[in-house]
Amino acid sequence: MTQRLRLLAQTLAVFGVIIAVAIAPGQLELFTLMQFTLFAAMAVLSLSLAFIWGFGGILSFGQTAFFGLGGYAYAISAINFQDSTQGIMLAVFIPAVFSALLGYFVFYGRISDVYLGVITLTVTLILFNVINSTSGDEYHIGTAMLGGFNGIPAVPTFNMPFDPSTPLSPEQSWWVTGGALIAVYLLLRLILASPFGRVVVAVRENEVRASLLGYDPRLIKLVTFVIGGAVAGLAGALYVNWGAFVGPTIFSLSLSAEIIIWITIGGLGTLLGPIIGCILIEYAVAAIGSQQTLNSNLVLGAVLIFFVLLLPKGLVPTVRDLLLRLVPKIEPRSANPAPEPSVQPVGAK
Amino acid sequence: MDIYIIVALDVINGTASLFLLCLGLAIIFGMMKIINLAHGEFIMLGAYATVISANAGVNIWIAMLVVAPLFVGLVGLIVERCLIRFLYGRLVDSMLATWGLSLLIIGIVTTIFGNTIQGVPTPLGGFSIGAYRSSYYTLFLLAMAIIMMALVYAVMRYTRFGLIARATMQNPAMANTLGVNPARVYMTTFAAGAAMTGLAGGLLAPVSGVTPVMGGAYVAKAFITVVGGGAAILSGTLSAATLFGTINQIGAYLTTPVYGEVIVFTSAIVLIRLLPQGISGRFFKGNL
Repeated sequence: MTQRLRLLAQTLAVFGVIIAVAIAPGQLELFTLMQFTLFAAMAVLSLSLAFIWGFGGILSFGQTAFFGLGGYAYAISAINFQDSTQGIMLAVFIPAVFSALLGYFVFYGRISDVYLGVITLTVTLILFNVINSTSGDEYHIGTAMLGGFNGIPAVPTFNMPFDPSTPLSPEQSWWVTGGALIAVYLLLRLILASPFGRVVVAVRENEVRASLLGYDPRLIKLVTFVIGGAVAGLAGALYVNWGAFVGPTIFSLSLSAEIIIWITIGGLGTLLGPIIGCILIEYAVAAIGSQQTLNSNLVLGAVLIFFVLLLPKGLVPTVRDLLLRLVPKIEPRSANPAPEPSVQPVGAK
Repeated sequence: MDIYIIVALDVINGTASLFLLCLGLAIIFGMMKIINLAHGEFIMLGAYATVISANAGVNIWIAMLVVAPLFVGLVGLIVERCLIRFLYGRLVDSMLATWGLSLLIIGIVTTIFGNTIQGVPTPLGGFSIGAYRSSYYTLFLLAMAIIMMALVYAVMRYTRFGLIARATMQNPAMANTLGVNPARVYMTTFAAGAAMTGLAGGLLAPVSGVTPVMGGAYVAKAFITVVGGGAAILSGTLSAATLFGTINQIGAYLTTPVYGEVIVFTSAIVLIRLLPQGISGRFFKGNL
């Protein structure tokens, strides 16, 4: 009964969000709409780490490596093909391949914990350094100049699929970005509800137990990591489409830190939390940037310390626990209590 | 011929400064299994302490060797009492909290001093080797690295505090049973590690641009060196610093400084893949 109620509530919420995305351009000013487009692109990025960290247990300090690769892949191919369709595909494909290579190297070497963090961080720094030093005419891919620390300006934005002559208006860009956020959210939800998703959680909970049950934790982690990389790459394309610009700061450590802050604040182990955390923090950073008294680093740092020390579960799980504390008072009265599953699903705590 | 001497000096310089930069982080990581991501900001605070006291008329040597470590050690003490002591045994949370701390420190320093480059002139003159010039300061950094190494070794090996610290590092529960208070050992160790980091920041202040965000340039290098070195504080850090410092300078000489860094990072990844326990986990097991 409660299961069904929860499903109904979730379906309603998703429909509510879809309607909100659809009608937003009519209700908001263009500036606000552009800001929301940025938030949605960033929220896709936060979902990528939310998935691999919260459910796969892989803390990557360098999720911006895939974000940046996606952004550059989109920019370079959009300039070369003059059509964003292949660009978006490559922006998903190239980071996925890169994360597969990196993940193979890392997980099949049984590297875990801090070392994984070090390696992802280092890879991001390498990409930053390499891209940063590519200023000069000799560095180009096709007709796209890499531009070094100046980045690539005037990247073509999204157009209708296979129709380069019709670029998307800001409203349509918003629909694409918001739609991508919803699609990624639903996709990850589906993955997590599938048997594979349950094994992913099982590996996070206890790698040895999962492998004794016949699963290969290395492969499971690798696939999780690749999904995260592909989603981050898509976020990169959405981000570049928003600003029509990509520069090496897309690989920066501070952005990597920000993703981790979004998730810590929103709630690790949820998908909704990181989206909320991302939008809250990005909104706060934008608001702080418009005034002079407070420094955004100062506020972000204080907020992160506050959450780690006092609210380590994050916003969404805390609120959910509060709500669940109210629900059981109603639950025993229901006529048909939800039957206990006869078989414990793999990965159940 | 002269160019090789200069490259050799560069290698010495790179290794010595990397060792100085990593020592504080290595002590905190090796003893307490806390990754201090605010390490770069401790360096920055040491550099600021040096620059500000030197510009206020304090002798540059006192500013570098006394003011910087004292100030950052004090900051470390406060940080340990207010933040770190709640996070022992929670590796990921300690990384997040210290990352937050690093942002907070950058924010505070930017608010107070502004986002501008500060500096002090490099003390000691230079000398020439053939057509090239080098600075005596390079040799001074080498001397400081050797002194610090000897100091840490002597304290850890021959004093009562060193004995207690090593015991706590190996088995906190056992040390506690024997009457040692691990909380106090950790507090002292963290403050000492912070003070050494502050000293490194002070020593680097004359040869680098001092800005609120300068820490970011060092934290990744220090991080890979400590992890690449493994659990043994001195032998691990020294071997990793020598390896990475040499690779960095020779790579920079053969290509460009940027690719020198890229080569170091790449070799660090390969090293961690080959020796997940670090160099000292393989070759100097049980050493200090």
